[in-house]
Amino acid sequence: MKKSFLFISCDEAQHICDKAQYGEASGWERFKLNVRLIYCGITKNYSKKNQKLTENLEKADVKCLKTEERNKLEKHFNEELAKQNQG
Amino acid sequence: MPKHKIDPNNWVKLYSDYLFNYTITRVNDREIAQDLISETFLAGLKSMKNFKGEASERTWLISILKRKIIDYYRKINSNKGKAEVRMGYINSEESEGDWLEERVSDPFDKTAEDTLVNSELGDAIYDCIEKIPQKQADVFKMKTILNYDTETICNELNISASNLWVIIHRARTALADCMEDNWFN
Repeated sequence: MKKSFLFISCDEAQHICDKAQYGEASGWERFKLNVRLIYCGITKNYSKKNQKLTENLEKADVKCLKTEERNKLEKHFNEELAKQNQG
Repeated sequence: MPKHKIDPNNWVKLYSDYLFNYTITRVNDREIAQDLISETFLAGLKSMKNFKGEASERTWLISILKRKIIDYYRKINSNKGKAEVRMGYINSEESEGDWLEERVSDPFDKTAEDTLVNSELGDAIYDCIEKIPQKQADVFKMKTILNYDTETICNELNISASNLWVIIHRARTALADCMEDNWFN
């Protein structure tokens, strides 16, 4: 068996771990990540922290403005700012 | 000499998302939250001369926003507002008897304490987001909070997919470390 077929680098494992947080890692990628998690402490630590971050983001249910909402707000504010600067 | 300076040119870029998250958890309506933030920025603009520089711009804007939120609740809790809520239950014959079901406590609903902790957690997350570079913050928010797909973000920010994942990786690493220092410890 080729090493690169099943055994992935730490960087690749972290990349898969990132994709997995958004449900974008394939089954095969998750399998390779799980293999690496068995023997790599760095990947294990990263994965744990990454998962914890995802859980907290879900728990906090943080919100932000959509691009168009922010643009609208910015446009209105900049108009007022320009008026103030003129006056 | 004041510790903090004021520069309204960057307010929307730097603070609008933080203020939005703060507001939406308290008013639960995107439109109203946007209106309150817009009013806050305009009020800030008008009272800029009162900024002493003892607190940060963000803290100062939050203090204005808090007053705006209180004013909003005062307005909707006026006598007219209360009458409208009562009428909703008195005159609705079709849903007679439903009110008990609507009012019964939901064991899976969040308690006030949960809401408070989650609100503080949200503030802590935003404190950390503010510490990472602007581009990382923008990409992270679009991908993680707004749930935009990769292609949309790449098109909007003119970056490649691999570039996006590098940015996401850096952002997540920095945020996880920051949260560990500021929230868990």
